[in-house]
Amino acid sequence: MTVMRYAEALNAALREEMQRDPSVFLFGEDIGRYGGVFKVSKGLRDEFGDARVRDTPISEQALTAMAVTAAMSGTRPVLEIMYADFLPLSLDALVNQASVFTYLWEGQVDIPFVLRTQGGGGVGTGAQHAKSLDAVVCHIPGIKVVAPATPADAKGLLKSAIRDRQPVVFLEHKLLYNTRGEVPDGDDVLVPIGKAKTVVEGKHVSIFASSKMVIEAENAAKLLAKDGIEAEVIDLRTLRPLDLDAIRRSIAKTNHAVVVNEGWTFCGYASELSATIMEHCFDDLDAPVARVAMPDMAIPYSEPLEMAVLPNAVKIAAAAKKALA
Amino acid sequence: MINAPSTDELKDIHHKMVVTRELEEVLGAYAKEGKTRGPIHRCDGQEAVGVAACAALRADDYVCTTHRGHHVYVGKGLTTRGIVAEIFGRETGYCKGRGGHMLLGDVKTGMLGGNAIVGAGIPAATGMALSMQILKQDRVSMVVFGDGAAQTGICHEAMNMAGLWKLPVIFVLENNQYGLTVRQEVQSPVEDLSVRAAGYAMPGEIVDGNDAEAVYRAVAAAAERARRGDGPTLIEAKTYRVKGFSTSDMGGYQSEEEMAPWLERDPIKLSAEKLSALVGADTVAAIEAAARAEVAQAFETALSDPFPTFEIHAPSAAYSETK
Repeated sequence: MTVMRYAEALNAALREEMQRDPSVFLFGEDIGRYGGVFKVSKGLRDEFGDARVRDTPISEQALTAMAVTAAMSGTRPVLEIMYADFLPLSLDALVNQASVFTYLWEGQVDIPFVLRTQGGGGVGTGAQHAKSLDAVVCHIPGIKVVAPATPADAKGLLKSAIRDRQPVVFLEHKLLYNTRGEVPDGDDVLVPIGKAKTVVEGKHVSIFASSKMVIEAENAAKLLAKDGIEAEVIDLRTLRPLDLDAIRRSIAKTNHAVVVNEGWTFCGYASELSATIMEHCFDDLDAPVARVAMPDMAIPYSEPLEMAVLPNAVKIAAAAKKALA
Repeated sequence: MINAPSTDELKDIHHKMVVTRELEEVLGAYAKEGKTRGPIHRCDGQEAVGVAACAALRADDYVCTTHRGHHVYVGKGLTTRGIVAEIFGRETGYCKGRGGHMLLGDVKTGMLGGNAIVGAGIPAATGMALSMQILKQDRVSMVVFGDGAAQTGICHEAMNMAGLWKLPVIFVLENNQYGLTVRQEVQSPVEDLSVRAAGYAMPGEIVDGNDAEAVYRAVAAAAERARRGDGPTLIEAKTYRVKGFSTSDMGGYQSEEEMAPWLERDPIKLSAEKLSALVGADTVAAIEAAARAEVAQAFETALSDPFPTFEIHAPSAAYSETK
């Protein structure tokens, strides 16, 4: 094990996969000479050269579309979209291109491409640089969506995403890049896509979260423990395809569910999770599923305003108590 | 002449142009009888662009096209039977009926797709060229797209990167004068869209899109240039959309006076005249008869082919959580 920051773990995953497979290449804004706005690709241009670590113009629409067809024709592109808020610019390529051709062309093409981006609020970046648009990408069949919370999962899942045959949207969080954690040593330690992880064991209520919300959920579990409530925290790690077995197992034990997502509430990821739990675990539920998500509004800039709208440990704990009441 | 097609190539181009025209006419007749499903976007009058541009490439080069791409499908060497079967949703179609006439793809022939999002083929071919450059392949990609697509934002983004990185891509702008039902001058402040090439540091040239040989020569030169590592080329092929936007188009906006000179310069007529001078009128007549017979046979076979059956978890289908 080596202690690494989340950004360093991602960097290690990129380096190892580029060393392993010459068809892997990176492109995106600021990723080459500058090493990426969050330093995820630091040093990689020096090691692999301009052709494989490519600074690009500010052209998200075409970049995403080009990643799709580059992936169809023999390479494994890893595209960095600087902010998740810019994902709407990538949507035609995801909705009308990446997600359809493997099926329409009857398996003639694989589309092994990774779109890395980061979202989330809390540092005053304002309404166009702080959103979580998980639900927007999770809506698209044929696209896998991953949102790791720890350095170990960030590394292992990115490696799996790069080796996957399907398009993967890889959601990072700006407040996780500097978090530290133990990462297993070795070039071939992968974390499988589609597997959740229980990070806190408990028997009274299940809290399902991903990315930075896992930290908030863990803190909520500590708050609840003071009142004698044993919360179980499940880190989904992959948002799509969902690890339904892990969800079922936990709810069968706790009979209560709180679903957390930093994106908007209405038609949000938490809503999908809630509906899925209702369909599959209804007989095990003693109370309605509780959602904790962003209010349906633009994220305001001023610190007290921004903090008021973001989901956090206190809101999660309150929702859990309400579910248990 | 440099990059000129051989006589055999001209014969093949003529054959494929007649196949395309016949395909469009028979499809038009079926559509009139209500026997087609969804819209059909015919390319009558534009055959020289798609067929001759593909003829100038190698078999392993990649090509993308639009919702109006039958000439490109035929030009890239797809079988008429497979195309017709796909249009009629049969199991024997290139995509087993999943794609339809706008979204057909066949990797073996390098046909990486029709695309019904206007402009989407432009970054698609550019992305393939990026792959080819990174893998150091001796290959090029080409997109055939319309004057309508030239007005999209993604066209600018893709061409900028193609020029910037000297990607081996050929942009064939098939200027058929119309985007949807609106003439090009109502959509663009410049008459010759090829002038935009200057902004991307690539050559931009105009060719007569109804002259198959001119299209072939321009694309062959562009392919040579791309393979040398000198980057992309924009070729504006001027032509005319004879049959409206689609089979659902009610018309009324293209005047006879506007159309007459283009019908006079029909690409198949021009090709037949040139070819007759080389190989004789009898040979040309035989090529045309064979092309028509091929199309008739394709319809006969394809229309008796079975329909596919639906399987939600077909191996190539998107994963589903409810498996």
